[in-house]
Amino acid sequence: MADRILLNSRQMATFVARGFLRFDAVVPDDINQQFLDEVGRPPQPGDNVKKVYAKLLSGSGIPTVAAGTPLDETYPGSCAVSRLLELPLVRGAIESLVGPNPRFDHHFLHVTFPPEFYAARGVPNVSQHTHQDSTIDPRRAFDLQIMYYPHAVTPEMGGTRFVPGTHLRIVSEAAVGRYQNIRGQQHVVCPAGTLLFLHHGIWHGGGVNKSNELRYMFKIRINPTVRQERLWDTSDLGNDHHEQRPIFLLKEAPDPNSVHTILTTPEPWFEADTGRLEYLNRIRLWRYVLGDERFDADYWLTRIENEPIASAAS
Amino acid sequence: MKRQKVLVLYLADSALDSSVIAWSQYDGTGRDEHMAGDSERPPYPSGLAALRDGWRLIQMSQLQPHAPGAEFTTAYLKYEFLFEQWVDGDG
Repeated sequence: MADRILLNSRQMATFVARGFLRFDAVVPDDINQQFLDEVGRPPQPGDNVKKVYAKLLSGSGIPTVAAGTPLDETYPGSCAVSRLLELPLVRGAIESLVGPNPRFDHHFLHVTFPPEFYAARGVPNVSQHTHQDSTIDPRRAFDLQIMYYPHAVTPEMGGTRFVPGTHLRIVSEAAVGRYQNIRGQQHVVCPAGTLLFLHHGIWHGGGVNKSNELRYMFKIRINPTVRQERLWDTSDLGNDHHEQRPIFLLKEAPDPNSVHTILTTPEPWFEADTGRLEYLNRIRLWRYVLGDERFDADYWLTRIENEPIASAAS
Repeated sequence: MKRQKVLVLYLADSALDSSVIAWSQYDGTGRDEHMAGDSERPPYPSGLAALRDGWRLIQMSQLQPHAPGAEFTTAYLKYEFLFEQWVDGDG
């Protein structure tokens, strides 16, 4: 088995709280180039974009694979994606988030075309509506989505747009399409070989490409086959992990690397009241991955779970 | 011919003067093409600021009691305020 670098607790808490981890330029250039070679020659503008897309997909060297296939059996050993999945960082992140022997769900090559492809057909070149993938999904367990950027993405290329911290919202796919802009949204402008590891629930959409180049993003969805409990490197969890700390009236800023701080740091778009519900839901997800229902951060769950049964007379 | 412009502001709480956390715009004149991800700064800091700039408030979301068993579920943005302007289509 290849080496793997498991996530640490700070990274895991960040994933629980914000729904993503980003690693810039971690895929070597030879794999990036091999991937682009396997995709094949870029099409020329002039034909219907859907037809161009279909031609690109059918001509690519990326295999079609049945949903539910063990991830280890999904890609031929020599292909670029297989080599990518063998990188120690990638193996470690997958194992930390969804555990050993995960299942392949699906993959897709997302291609965002330059304006000339749309101009040739007289159709508008617009960004993709914000959405959550799949459908309503109220599970505590989560799937992992990997987004791979095999070439550099410039601001003109638009990049994938996503909204940190939206992953725990139970919504119905494109029902959130009404939200054009949300404070704190990020656009993936990145060097070649960048990877995003995403909770399946994060709100996202493809940005409009105003450059002269095609933009590629390859996405793989992966399901766990084991309970997602203590799968990361937990050796850095301190003995004080369960201890409460002063809240509200503070005389110094909390440690930004503390799991408690990470779980209770708001996103710019948080509403005043439901932002607190986000804290509760993050803490509940941390309990789930920690396998410990006693955990709390800044007393948010302890307070509302306090229903004493002892009699004052006893 | 008049055309409608629509501004949707999502606020931090149910008060019209609370801060904008998300926004969408649709321009019936066709002069401006708004789309997802097209701006990083909200057009107004609050709903009240939009009102003072001439936008007409036509709807705000209702405050709903929390469904038993789903009190902690988060879903869609709660505080949606819908504004309109009527402008000349050719001016």
